[in-house]
Amino acid sequence: MRLTISADAIRLAIPALSLTMLLAAVFWLQPRAMSYVGLNLLFNLAVPIALATIAQMLIMAVNDLDLSMGTFVSFVACVTATFLRDAPMIGALILAGVVMVYAVLGVVIHLRNLPSIVVSLGMSFVWAGLAVLLLPAPGGQAPDWVRALMTMKPPFAPMAIVVSVAIAAAAHLLVMRSSLGVLIRGVGGNERSVERAGWSVLAARAAAYGLAGFFAVLAGIALVGLTTSADANIALRYTLLSIAGVILGGGEFIGGRVSPVGAVIGALTLTLAGSFLSFLRISPDWQIGAQGAILIIVLALRLLLNRVEKREKGR
Amino acid sequence: MPRGAVGPRGEFSWSKPTSMTGDKPKAIVEVADAKVSFGAVKALDGVTLAIRPGECVGLVGHNGAGKSTIVSVINGGLTPHQGSISADGDILAHYGINAARERGVRCVFQELSLCPNLTVVENTRILHRHLGGFGWRKRAKEVIERSLDAVFPGHGIASDRSVGELSIAERQMVEIAMAFSDAGVAPRLVILDEPTSSLDASLAEQMLTYVRHFVAAGGSVILISHILNEILSTASRIVVMKDGRIVADRPAADWTDQSLVEAMGSVVKGEAHRRATRDLAAAPVVIEQGGRGMPFRAKRGEIVGLAGLAGHGQTRMLMKLHAAKTSDWLPRRDLAVTFVAGDRRLNGVFELWSILKNLSIGSLGDLAKRGVVNAAAEAERGADWKRRIDIRTQDLANRILSLSGGNQQKVLFARALSTRAPVVLMDDPMRGVDVGTKQEVYEIVRQQAAGGRTFVWYSTEMEEVCLCDRVYVFREGAIVAELAGGAVTEENILAASFRGAEA
Amino acid sequence: MRMLDRVSRSPWIWSWLAAFVVWFATIMVTGGASTLDLSQAALTFAAFSIIVGIGQMFVITLGPGNVDLSVPSTMTLAGTVALKLMDVDNAMIVPGLVVAVLIGIGVGMLNYALIKALRIPPIIATLSVSFIVQSAAIWTNRGLRIKPPSFLADFTTANSFGLPNVAIIALIISIFAWFLLEKTVYGRWISAIGQSTPAAKMAGIPVDGTRFVTYVFCAVLASLAGYLLACFSGGAALNMGSEYLLMSIAVVVLGGTAVAGGDSNVPGIWGASLFMFLVVSMLNTYGLGAGIRLIMTGLIIISVIMLAGGRQPGAR
Repeated sequence: MRLTISADAIRLAIPALSLTMLLAAVFWLQPRAMSYVGLNLLFNLAVPIALATIAQMLIMAVNDLDLSMGTFVSFVACVTATFLRDAPMIGALILAGVVMVYAVLGVVIHLRNLPSIVVSLGMSFVWAGLAVLLLPAPGGQAPDWVRALMTMKPPFAPMAIVVSVAIAAAAHLLVMRSSLGVLIRGVGGNERSVERAGWSVLAARAAAYGLAGFFAVLAGIALVGLTTSADANIALRYTLLSIAGVILGGGEFIGGRVSPVGAVIGALTLTLAGSFLSFLRISPDWQIGAQGAILIIVLALRLLLNRVEKREKGR
Repeated sequence: MPRGAVGPRGEFSWSKPTSMTGDKPKAIVEVADAKVSFGAVKALDGVTLAIRPGECVGLVGHNGAGKSTIVSVINGGLTPHQGSISADGDILAHYGINAARERGVRCVFQELSLCPNLTVVENTRILHRHLGGFGWRKRAKEVIERSLDAVFPGHGIASDRSVGELSIAERQMVEIAMAFSDAGVAPRLVILDEPTSSLDASLAEQMLTYVRHFVAAGGSVILISHILNEILSTASRIVVMKDGRIVADRPAADWTDQSLVEAMGSVVKGEAHRRATRDLAAAPVVIEQGGRGMPFRAKRGEIVGLAGLAGHGQTRMLMKLHAAKTSDWLPRRDLAVTFVAGDRRLNGVFELWSILKNLSIGSLGDLAKRGVVNAAAEAERGADWKRRIDIRTQDLANRILSLSGGNQQKVLFARALSTRAPVVLMDDPMRGVDVGTKQEVYEIVRQQAAGGRTFVWYSTEMEEVCLCDRVYVFREGAIVAELAGGAVTEENILAASFRGAEA
Repeated sequence: MRMLDRVSRSPWIWSWLAAFVVWFATIMVTGGASTLDLSQAALTFAAFSIIVGIGQMFVITLGPGNVDLSVPSTMTLAGTVALKLMDVDNAMIVPGLVVAVLIGIGVGMLNYALIKALRIPPIIATLSVSFIVQSAAIWTNRGLRIKPPSFLADFTTANSFGLPNVAIIALIISIFAWFLLEKTVYGRWISAIGQSTPAAKMAGIPVDGTRFVTYVFCAVLASLAGYLLACFSGGAALNMGSEYLLMSIAVVVLGGTAVAGGDSNVPGIWGASLFMFLVVSMLNTYGLGAGIRLIMTGLIIISVIMLAGGRQPGAR
C-alpha cells in the first residue's frame, strides 16, 4: 500500500492549520481564554456563520453563487423573532415556504440558464424588503426554545463548539457521503457526464438550492437565539463572510470542489480572527482589514501548495 | 422493414460475398444505411455496420472519415438523419443514450467523461444509476475494483482517490475499467475510442489482452486506434472508413499495416492541385519553435502544413507559436503573427458584433490614431476585403451570425490577412466550409505566400495539406516526420501518422 | 417607423421608459407642484450611482465573473482621506482631488494584482481588497466628521443652468465613457474580451493590460464618486459607500448591459439610476415603506434578467 496524502487532505490541512495557529496565538496572548467561558466567548457567533457558510457551499458546489445569503438570513431572523414566537405554526410554514422558494430559484436558474449572481442579487432586495416589512425597527424576541437551545451549557465543551462539530458532521454526511451529495458535486464537476449517465441535472440543482435554503434558515434561527432580538440588517455581512468561509475552508468557485468540514473551520477562523485582533490590541479599526489579509494569505498559501502538488505530479 | 440476413448490403461494391447466413447470432447493434450531415458536410453517407456478439471490430480511417460519428450513432448520442438502428434483431424507433445503456452498450470517450472532483468510487456511483441505497460505497468500490483488477492487474489505483489527482494514464485506466464494470447491466458492447492514447506499452497490452478475453467470452468491442498494430493484433474484423463511407470490411487476418494505410487513402484526390515547388532555400527563417520531437521552422513566403490525426498536438503548436510572439500586457504596433481560428465559436467570432467589427479587430492598430478608431478608414478597409474575398452580405453592419458558416470563416480570414503580420497561423479553418469558398481561399493563400507571407497551416484535410511546400506530421504531441516538395503525398502522411517516425 | 423600430430594440429604452412612468406617476400625485424639485433631486442622487455604475459597467463588460466589490470601500476611503487632507481649506481642493484619484488607482492596481497573481476570481479578490480598504478608511476617519471646503460644499449642492452640478459632472463622465466604448480601440478591446476571452487573445488583444486598465478605471470612478458624495453630504461617513455595492450592479443590469459581458450601455445607466431614485420617492409619496420599494426593485431585476435570458451557455 502506497502512502499517499490525498489532495483533499491537503486542502483541509491549510484551514485546519490556520485555525490552530490562530487559536494558539490567542491563548498565548490571553491565557484566560483557554477556558470554558473563554472559548464560549471566542466562538459565540460561530454557529450561525458556520450554517450560512454550509448553505453558500451547497450553492457553490453546483458552480453558482448566492449574493442574497446575508439578506436572507436577516429575513429568517426577523421571521423567527416575530412569527415563530407568536404563531409557531405560521412561522414554520413561512420558513418551509422560503426553502421551497430557494429550490424554485435553482430550477429557474437552470432552466433559463441565468447567471446566479444576478438572480440572487435581485433576491437580496426582495428578502431585504420583506425583512423591513416585518421589522421596520430592531425588535422582536427569540422564541424561548431557541434561546434555551443556543445558551445551553453542555459539559466539557461550550455549546458553540459542540454545535459546530455537529454541523460539520451532518454536512459531511450529506454532501460527502450520500448519493445526493455525490450527484450535487458531480454536477459541479462535470455536468455533461452526469447528464450522460441519465441523471436529471435540474433535480440535482433544485436539491442543492433547497438544502442551501434549509441551512440558511437554520442560520437565521440560531442567530436570533444568540442575539435575542432581530433587525432587518442583522446579518448583512453573512453574504461576504459565507463566501470567504467556503474559500478559506478549501472550497473553490467552480468544479464542485467543496469541503463541509473545511467550510465550518473557515467560518470558525473568520469568527476567531476578530477576537484575535482585539487580543493583539490592534485597534478595532483594522479588524475587517485583517480578515481581508487573512483571506489573501490563505489563498496565496493554497496557490503555493497547488503549484508544489502539480510539480510533484509532473514528475 | 425487418431484415432477415445480417451482413453488409449488396450495393456496396467492396463487400466480398462472405458466408454470413442465418447461423450467426443476432447483432447487438446494427446500423443500416445511416446518413448524417452537418451543414454541407456529409459525416456519414450511407453506412451499414453490424456488431455481433463475440467480435472485436477495428475501426480505422483518417480525419473526417466518420469514425466518431458512427460511434455516436451506435452509443445513442446521435440520431441519424436517415437509416435505421436495430438491436438484437428488433428495429428500434427510439434509440437514445439510455436505451443504449440498457442494452449494455458502453463507450469510452476521447475526452474525459469523469467528474474530476469526485473519487473513483463516487464516479462509479454516478455512472451506475441503480447502485444507490445504504452501503452503496461498498458496492461501488467492489464493482470498480473488480473491473480494475480484471483489466489492469496490479494497477495500484486506490479507489478512494479523487479522479482529478490521478495521472492522465490512471484516469484513462479508470475510464476503461468503468466501461467494462458490471453493476446490474452487464456490458455487451464496449466502444473504445483511442483507449491507449495515454497508456504506456505494457498497460496498453494489459488492456488489449483483456479485450481479447472479453471478446472470447462473447462480448463485443469496437476499437478505434491510430496504432495499427493494436488493431491488427486484437480485432477480429477491420472496417476502414473514408469520407463518411465504409470502404473496406475484411477479417483482420486479411490485412497488413501496409494494406490498411493504402485502404485509408485515395489515389485521385489532391494531386490535381499540386503546385510547382518553389525554391526557398535562400529565404530567411521567420518563426521557429523547439519541443519534443523535431524542431519546427518556417521560412519567409513558405506554406508549412501541420498534418497528422486530429488532436495530436497541432493546435497546441499553433498556440505556442502565437503566445511566443504576442504580449498579454502591452499592445504591439507591429504584429508578428496572426491567427485564423478553426473552432469559430470558441476562439473565432465575436457573436455580438457586426461583420465589420469582427473583420477589423485584428488591424485596429493601423486604423486608429491615438487610440481613436478612424471609422472612415475602417469602413473602407471592410469594403475592400468584402470585395477581395467576396463576403456575401448586403451590409457589413449586419451581425456576424447572420452569415453562413463559410462566410463567417471568410471574415476570419479577412481579419487575419488584413493585418500586416508576416506570419499567418491557421487552425484547421476550412472544416465544414463549402468547396467554392475553399478554392477562393486557397487562391488567396497562394498569392499572399508568393508575396512573402508565411503560412503555418494545420489541416485535417489531405487536399489542403498537399498544397503546402513542406509538411510536419504530428503524432502523440510531437513532430515525427518532415516531408518536403514531392514527398508531400497522402501515402507518406498516412504512414507517418499511423506508424510514426520509422515510416 | 424604422427609427421607432430601432429605438424599441435598444436595451436602454426600457430603463428610461420605466423611469419616466415612475416620474409621471409621482408628479400626478403631488399635482405637479414639486415637479422641478423632484427632477432635480432625482438627477442629483442619480448622479452618484451613475458615476459608480459606469465604472462597474466597464468591469462587468469584461465578461462572466468580472465584478468589482471594492467599490463602496473605495468610495469611503477616497472621501475620508480627501476631506482630511483638504481640512476645510479651499486652496487644497485640487490636491484633495488628486489624492482621491491616486487612491482609486492604488485600489484598482491592488485588485488586479490579486486577480492575476493569486489567480482567484475577481469577486473574491476585490472582496478581500475591500476589507482592507474599509479598515484603512475606518482608521483614517476615527469617527471624526470633517466638513468639506466651503467652495466644494456649495458647488456639489448647487445648480447650473437648472441642472445640479453633480449631474453635469456625471454627464461629462458619461460622455467620456461613451466615447471610450464606442470610438476607441480600448472600447473595442473590452467588448471583445467580454464576448470571448480566447478569441480576443487570438486576435492579438493584450488581454491582461486591458483588464488591468479597466479595473483601475472602475476604482478611479468610485473614488471620484466618493469624493463628490463626501462633499455633497457635508462630510465622509463610514457607511457612505455601502448602499452602492448592490446599487452599482443593479443599475448596470437594469440599464441593459449584458450580464454575460461584451455589451455595455451608457444611456441605460442613466435611466436605471433615475429609476432607482424615483421609485423611492414615488413609494414615499404613496406612503409606502422601504420594504415594498426593496421588494419591487428585486422583482424588477429578476424580471429583467429573465427577459434578457442567459446568452452564453455555461456562463453563470
